Amino acid sequence: MIPAIGELSLILAFLFAIIQGTLPLVGVWRNKKTLINLAVPAARAQSGLIALAFFILGYSFYVNDFSVLYVASTSNSQLPTIYRLAAVWGGHEGSMLLWVSILAVWTIAVTMFAKNLPDSFRVRLIAVMGLVSVGFLAFILFTSNPFDRLIPAALDGRDLNPLLQDPGMVFHPPVLYMGYVGFSVAFAFAIAALLDGSLDNAWARWTRPWTTVAWAFLTLGIAFGSKWAYYELGWGGWWFWDAVENASFMPWLVGTALIHSLAVTEKRGAFKVWTVLLSICAFSLSLLGTFLVRSGVLTSVHAFATDPSRGIFILLYLVIVIGGALLLFALRAPNVGLGEKFDVVSRESFLLANNVVLAAAAGSVLLGTMYPLLIDALGGGKISVGPPYFDAVFVAIMAPGIFLMGLGPLAKWKKTSLPEIGTRLKLAAVISVVSALLVPSIMGKISLMVAVGVFMGAWVLSTTLILLQNRINSRQVASVSLINNLKGIPLAFYGMLLAHFGIGVFILGVTLVKGYETEQDVRMEINDVAKVDDLAFVFKGAKEIKGPNYLSSQGTFVVTSGNKTIGILHPEKRFYPVQGSTMTEADIQPGVFKDLYVSLGEPLEQGAWSVRIYIKPFVQWIWAGCIIMALGGLLALCDRRYRVVEKNIVKGKKRKK
Amino acid sequence: MSKKLKFLLPLFLFLVAVGFLAKGLFLNPHEVPSPLVGKPAPVFTAPLLGEAGKSFHSDEMKGQVWLLNVWASWCVACREEHPLLMEMAKTKKIITYGLDYKDTDAEAQQMLAAMGNPYDKVITDIDGKIGIDYGVYGVPETYLIDKLGVIRYKHTGPLTPEILLAKIVPLLNELQQ
Repeated sequence: MIPAIGELSLILAFLFAIIQGTLPLVGVWRNKKTLINLAVPAARAQSGLIALAFFILGYSFYVNDFSVLYVASTSNSQLPTIYRLAAVWGGHEGSMLLWVSILAVWTIAVTMFAKNLPDSFRVRLIAVMGLVSVGFLAFILFTSNPFDRLIPAALDGRDLNPLLQDPGMVFHPPVLYMGYVGFSVAFAFAIAALLDGSLDNAWARWTRPWTTVAWAFLTLGIAFGSKWAYYELGWGGWWFWDAVENASFMPWLVGTALIHSLAVTEKRGAFKVWTVLLSICAFSLSLLGTFLVRSGVLTSVHAFATDPSRGIFILLYLVIVIGGALLLFALRAPNVGLGEKFDVVSRESFLLANNVVLAAAAGSVLLGTMYPLLIDALGGGKISVGPPYFDAVFVAIMAPGIFLMGLGPLAKWKKTSLPEIGTRLKLAAVISVVSALLVPSIMGKISLMVAVGVFMGAWVLSTTLILLQNRINSRQVASVSLINNLKGIPLAFYGMLLAHFGIGVFILGVTLVKGYETEQDVRMEINDVAKVDDLAFVFKGAKEIKGPNYLSSQGTFVVTSGNKTIGILHPEKRFYPVQGSTMTEADIQPGVFKDLYVSLGEPLEQGAWSVRIYIKPFVQWIWAGCIIMALGGLLALCDRRYRVVEKNIVKGKKRKK
Repeated sequence: MSKKLKFLLPLFLFLVAVGFLAKGLFLNPHEVPSPLVGKPAPVFTAPLLGEAGKSFHSDEMKGQVWLLNVWASWCVACREEHPLLMEMAKTKKIITYGLDYKDTDAEAQQMLAAMGNPYDKVITDIDGKIGIDYGVYGVPETYLIDKLGVIRYKHTGPLTPEILLAKIVPLLNELQQ
């Protein structure tokens, strides 16, 4: 009975989404107030119904309702409650429902917080989001209904894939989708502006906070996913350039470009066409990612069930949404003005270079991801593009961008002087070069790759600090205390500093873990000692333990440095009887300077095990960097200028250039 | 006009991408078609495993329908399909030759001793040259070759009972007539 209510509310949500996506647009066109006024209530009704459906699915998982096919295939009565919750999005149908639920969250947010826009613009914005939702709800109802029944009900469920039974799975998908789907708001802003003809500074200012918050979520979501892979896959990797990872990384790169380009459009009125194109692309890449993941067009470690009818449906949806948006772009963009002129050496130019770099990086990732498909479709056979391509191409493209990160924020709008920037950055250059020489010699192994990486990381960190100092100096007058001076600097500026700082931390983490990680595969009997670097890992044997829904062999390793015990690790090899699968559960002792990472391989004769030991220096910096970046985004969001009422300034003032 | 066309470029690129995606939907990323299906099987001469001094020429098989199963002792998936090969061998309905790909004789013989030998004969391909001629993509692979020496079917990955019953057996019956 209850699942039927869930299905009914999805159908009703679909109908409300159609109303939300069409009638208000007609209303704006024909200037019919009654139709215009439908937008907000329809959007809220739609969102509320989706939320209801989502909670009902969650409830079905909670009470183990195995008469729901989806519950029976992704859950089990032995599954701990928290993972039953994660199982809601552990399969295809549920993750699609999560997708529209997150879209509903964003829709509600838009109806609540985007109040200061001109009415016609706001209505168009909400209508576009409604149209996005229509397609997804249709997809769910026609090809991936999570409420399909199983009559008679299964006695027990087939269980959640043990890989997904991890706390990371509880947070990773919702946060990632908040980012992914969040770009739909920037997309809707772009479409509304193209329809409206009001592609101006005000439009950029409205879009900015929404883009920033989506970007911050996406950053966190990708970081969670990477950390999950690090913990759960048991071979210590944190990024695999897998198609599914790339699908989330491409919108991130384009979203990062968009944040910067929006800044130019807001402050200088320039790059309008480019900014609107980026807004469309960021969301298009999110949709493309959904297609790649859900259609099974590419093989991936994230193997999902594949079904061509789903693929065709999503592809059709892509054609309508992205094709429609790009067609509108082609029709309207030629009439958009160019904005204010700027010099070759100016902040605009630096930001343009940043955009070129990020777009090229996204393009190279897209090419690498799609290449196997292209070659196959052209009859060239099956190939796979691996990390060597991505590492080489991506790093080479990004390196100049990282260098520019130091210069850009110091440059002035319109025209700037390179020698002046050079003088300011002398100290940063010295710090970076010294670090690049010093760090490898302290770590005890010198390599060019590490020196370059450390240089870039130190460069970003030191230029960011110099930027802050510069800002303080330019405002410092005798009568103002340092504290008040610091208080006077807008939060958006601190947000930018923090995000850039995060990039520096991230680069250092990546460089040092790549350069200095050590790995050992050893066969260990009880009380055997494995020496890795200057640490000794003593194997104390493995014992059988019983978990809630698995049996496990749990090893004990004592790690000593000299005579001091610095850690005890308990890696496990778990067997999940329902799916008959074995999982390696590594145990990790995280640290600021290094992680100790032990995972059990195979049991050998007489209590011996094959064991994998890793020491991962500075690996936590990778995720710390991402978290700092995301915090930077959230800090910028709190800037007061986004909260001042803009209605009076902009209302009724349609600029046409 | 050319200025306006510039703005159509993103749409154009997108539609090209859609074309590829649409084509991609109908390709199975797991299925590796062989350009050799329907073509004469590459001819080779190679030593036989455990029969020192004897060599095998592929023309010897003319007039018979046979399976060529590419395997190796280092290949985990081969161990997976091994029991099925053993079952097939028991029925004595099909001649199966193994092609021991990039392996050492000692290790190959060790595996066959431990798990049983389902092959009528095992051809050794230590340097993988025959494998290259046949376009071996990943071990295990299985080729069905007809009386005229033409490859009629190829399967990549471990054989499964489904593949055997649905594809290989019907084709085999047809070819043996």
